[in-house]
Amino acid sequence: MADVLQAPEQAVGDETIVNDFQIIVATVNGTGSQTSNSLVIRSLFRMGIPVNGKNIFPSNIKGLQTWYTIRVSKDGYVARKEENQVLVAMNKSTIIEDIKQLPAGGVCLYDSGIRYEPTRDDILTYAMPVDDIMDQTDVKRSLRERVRNMVYVGALASLIGIELAEIEASLNAEFPGKQKVVDLNMSVIKLGHAYAEENYDRPSPFRVERMDETKGKLLMEGNAAAALGATFGGVQMLSWYPITPSSSVADNAMKYLSKFRIDKETGKASYAIIQAEDELAAIGMVLGAGWAGARAMTATSGPGISLMSEFAGMAYFAEIPSVIWNIQRVGPSTGLPTRTSQGDLLASYMLGHGDTQHICLLPANLKEAFEFGWRAFDIAERFQTLVFVLSDLDLGMNLWMTEPFDYPDEPMDRGKVLNAEQLNEHIKEYKRWGRYHDVDGDGIGYRALPGTPHPQAAYFTRGTGHDEWAVYSENSDVWVENLTRLTNKIAGSRDKLPQPIVETVDAADFGVIAFGTVDPAVVEARDRLAAHDKTFDYMRVRALPLSPAVREFIEAHDTVYVVENNFDGQLAKIIIMDYPELATRLKSIAYLDGLPFTAKFIVDSIMEHE
Amino acid sequence: MAKTNTLDLTKNDYKGRPSTLCPGCGHNAISNQIISTAYDMAIEPHRVIKLSGIGCSSKSPAYFLGRSHGFNALHGRMPSVGTGAMAVNRSLIAIGVSGDGDTGSIGMGQFKHVMRRNVPMVYIIENNGVYGLTKGQHSATQDEGVPQKYYGINEYPAVDIALEAIVGGASFVARSFSGSPREVQALLSAAIRHNGLAVLDIISPCVAFNDTDASTKSYSYVRENLDVLHEVEFVGYVPQAENIEIDERTYERQGEILVEMHDGSRVVLKRVDEDSYDPTNRHEAIRQVEEARRSNKILTGLLYFEPERRTLHDVENLIDTPLVDLGEDVLRPSKEALDEIMQEMMI
Ligand SMILES: Cc1ncc(C[n+]2csc(CCOP(=O)(O)OP(=O)(O)O)c2C)c(N)n1
Ligand code: SF4
Ligand SMILES: [Mg+2]
Repeated sequence: MADVLQAPEQAVGDETIVNDFQIIVATVNGTGSQTSNSLVIRSLFRMGIPVNGKNIFPSNIKGLQTWYTIRVSKDGYVARKEENQVLVAMNKSTIIEDIKQLPAGGVCLYDSGIRYEPTRDDILTYAMPVDDIMDQTDVKRSLRERVRNMVYVGALASLIGIELAEIEASLNAEFPGKQKVVDLNMSVIKLGHAYAEENYDRPSPFRVERMDETKGKLLMEGNAAAALGATFGGVQMLSWYPITPSSSVADNAMKYLSKFRIDKETGKASYAIIQAEDELAAIGMVLGAGWAGARAMTATSGPGISLMSEFAGMAYFAEIPSVIWNIQRVGPSTGLPTRTSQGDLLASYMLGHGDTQHICLLPANLKEAFEFGWRAFDIAERFQTLVFVLSDLDLGMNLWMTEPFDYPDEPMDRGKVLNAEQLNEHIKEYKRWGRYHDVDGDGIGYRALPGTPHPQAAYFTRGTGHDEWAVYSENSDVWVENLTRLTNKIAGSRDKLPQPIVETVDAADFGVIAFGTVDPAVVEARDRLAAHDKTFDYMRVRALPLSPAVREFIEAHDTVYVVENNFDGQLAKIIIMDYPELATRLKSIAYLDGLPFTAKFIVDSIMEHE
Repeated sequence: MAKTNTLDLTKNDYKGRPSTLCPGCGHNAISNQIISTAYDMAIEPHRVIKLSGIGCSSKSPAYFLGRSHGFNALHGRMPSVGTGAMAVNRSLIAIGVSGDGDTGSIGMGQFKHVMRRNVPMVYIIENNGVYGLTKGQHSATQDEGVPQKYYGINEYPAVDIALEAIVGGASFVARSFSGSPREVQALLSAAIRHNGLAVLDIISPCVAFNDTDASTKSYSYVRENLDVLHEVEFVGYVPQAENIEIDERTYERQGEILVEMHDGSRVVLKRVDEDSYDPTNRHEAIRQVEEARRSNKILTGLLYFEPERRTLHDVENLIDTPLVDLGEDVLRPSKEALDEIMQEMMI
C-alpha cells in the first residue's frame, strides 16, 4: 500500500490539535451513512467530548451526495464551522470538490476504490480500499451496501483516536437487543480499524482525547424534544401532513404518546394523531379540536404554512387556541427543501389576510424546544389564539447535546373556560355572558365549550364580523372595537411570553440581537471578537410580539447588530416596525445560503463595520 | 301552553335567528326540517354542534338550533373542522351543512377524506347547481346544457354528489329534495342515529339564480322528475320494556326493508313499485344512481348504507371518554416519566 501517505512534510505542523476540529463525511444518500455518522457522534459524546453533528443533505432518497459535519470542540462550541479539517471521502461524484475544500494541513481519508488519487501535496491523505476490506468479511452481498460505511468508522477511529469500546457501546444503544446487527457492524468496523492501524504510519494531526464534559447530558434532535414537550403539555390531537423537515415531530409524538397515553386497562388511546390529506385539513382539524376544548397542534414547514394561511387568520379572528410548529426550511416556494432557514418569521407572525398577528415562540436549543412544546398550549389557551413555534431544520433534525429537560414547573393553564355552574355565576355577576365580552379588561373573553349543558352556553363561531355576543355584525363601530380588543389582547402578551435572555459585559462596544439557531454562532463570535478587543451585550429574543425589554436594550446601545438566518433581515424589520425611532441604531446581519450560521461570518460582518 | 317534546322543550327552543336568505330558498325549508327533526327526536340541543363552510347554505346553521354551538368555517373546509371536533369529543352530534360549490368544487378533497375516515357526522349538501352567495355562477353540480343569465351555458359534465359519496366510501348516502319534508326528516333522523358519516344530498332550489325553466334544479323540474326509490319511515328507538315486537317477516312479505341503526332505532323502506331496494348493495346503488342520472331523473331515498364500517374513533382506537373531558392527571405524564426518559438517554 504505497499510496497511504503522500503528504509532504511542510503540510502539517508539528503540533497535534486535540478536540478542536471539524470532520466532514461525504457519502451517497441512502447508503446507511446516517447510522455510521451518528455512531461517530455518539462515540465522541461518550468519550466526554462536546460534539455536534449537522446533516447537509439533498432532497433525495437515494443516490445523491450527502454530507455530514461533526464538530468536536473542547470549548463546547456547537455552531457549524466554515472549514473542515478532516474529510472522509466516500463519494466518487464529489471527491474532487471535497478535496479542494480542505485547508492546507487537512486530513483526507478516502475510499481508494473510487479510483481517484488525491494530488494535493499540502494535505495528508489516507487510503481505504473499502471494497477490498469488505471482501475479507463474510457479510452477504445484499447487506454490503448498508454496512460498507462502517469501514470508515473503524479507520477514522484509529486515525483520530475514537475508542472502539465506545463505538460498540453506541452500537448497542442504537440497536438495543439486536446482538446480530451489532456484531455484524462491529466486525466491519474492526476490519477498518485494523487496516488503519497497520497501514497508516503517519499520525493524524487532529486527534480526540477523552474529556469529562458530557456527563449528565444527552444527545437528541429538536423535533424529538418538541414532541416530548407536547406530550408533557398534554396534547390531545395532532394532525399533520408529511413534509421535511417537520415529519419527525409527528413520528416522535407517536412514539412518546403511545408510551404514556395508552389506557392500561383498555389499551385505548387518550390522544388522536391523524395524518391529514393536506395542510389545509391538518390545520382545520386543529381548529376544530381547539374549538371543542382540546389541546391540538400540527407540525409543518414553509409550503404547509402557505396553505394554512386562511385558517390561521380565522384562528386569530375567531380566537381559537391552536399550535403550529413550523420547522423552517428555505423558501420561497419549494426552495431548498432540505436546508435550514429562519425565513418564515414575518410570514408566520402575520399569516393570514387582513390585520393579523400571531404569537410566535422562538426556541434556540433543545431545552427550549421541550419547554415551548408544553408551554405553547398554555399560551394558546390563555390568549385564546394561534401560537406558532418557529424551529428550523438545523434544530429539528440535527443531534444536539443538552442537559436533561426540566419538568413543567406550573400546572396546565387551560385559560378562561366556564362550565355550566361557572356560567351561572358569570351571568349572575355580569347579567349576561358573551363569548367575546371583555369583562376583565385584558381583551380575553370566556369560552363555554361545545357540549356544556346550559341553555345559554351556545354561541356561533365565525370568521365574519361579530360583536361581543358572537352575533353577526357588519357595523363599523363593532368592527373597530373588536379589532382594537384583539390588538390589545396580543399586545398584552408581550411581557407574559418567554422573555429575552440578556447577557451583558462591562462597557460593551455594541449590542447584538438574535434568535433561534444562530445562537451558538453568536456565542462563539462573542469569544472570538473579544480577541479583537470588541465586546458586546447579547439579547436573544424568544417570542413575538417583542418584549418591552427589546426597546430598553436598543436604547442602551448606539449600535445593535441584528443577526438572523434569512435574506431580508426579518427580525430587524419587525423591530423597526415596533420602534421606528430606533431604526438608525440597527445594523442587519442577515444571510441565508441554506447552511447553519457560523461564528466566522458574524465576526467578519461585524468587523466590516467596527 | 306550547307543545313540548319529551325534554320539555318547545319547537321554539330548536329555532335559530331569523333567516336572511331569500324567501323561497330551498335552504330555508331544510333549516325548518332540521328544526322539526331535532324537536321530534328530542335531541338535547347542547349535544349538537353545527358546522358549515361558506355560501348561502353554509349560513343557514345560524337559522336553526340556536341553543347548539355553531362553527361557520372556511369555504370547503367544514369537514376538517368537524373531524377535529369529533375526534376530541365523541359525545357530540355533528350536523354539517354545505353547498354544492362548497363541497363539489373547493371542498371536494376534504369531502372525500371525511368519508374515508367515517367521522360520525351528518353531512348535508344543499344542492342548487349554482353559487348562490356569489350571485349565480355555475357550480360543479350544474347539469350540462343548463344556461345562466351572465355565465352562459354550462358545458361541463355535472358532479353527482351522491355518486361521489358512494364511490368515496361514505357509510350512509341519501338523496332528497327540500320540497319533500317527510322524506328529508326521515332520512335526517336516520342520519343522526347513524354511527358514521352520513351524506344527505338534498336538491334545494335557488330562487334567485337557478329556478328557471331551463334549469334541472328548479322547483318545477325537480317535482316532475323525482324518482322516489322507496318510502322512508324512521322508527325511533323504543326502550326494551315497551318494545313492540316488529315482525321482520311481515316486512319481508310486504317487500319492505328494515334497516337497524346502531342505537336500535330503525328505518323502514317501503316499496313504491314491484321491486324492493336493498341499500346495502353498493354495486346496485351505483347502478341505480347512474341510471337516474342518464335519464335526468332525481333519484331519492336511502341510496346506500353500510352499518358496520369502523369509525374514526374505532380506527384511532380512542378511549370511550371524550378526550376533552380528561384532566391533567391523564394528560400530563409524571415527573418520574420524564426523568426516566432522560435517564435512558444519558450516558
Ligand atoms: C376561499 C374562498 N374563495 C371564494 C369565496 C367566495 N365564495 C363564497 S360562497 C361561494 C360559493 C358558494 O356556493 P355553494 O356552496 O353552492 O353555496 P350556495 O350559496 O349556493 O348555497 C364562493 C365562491 C370564499 N368565501 N372563500
Ligand atoms: S341566492 Fe339562492 S341560494 Fe342564496 S339565499 Fe337566495 S335563493 Fe337561496
Ligand atoms: Mg350552491
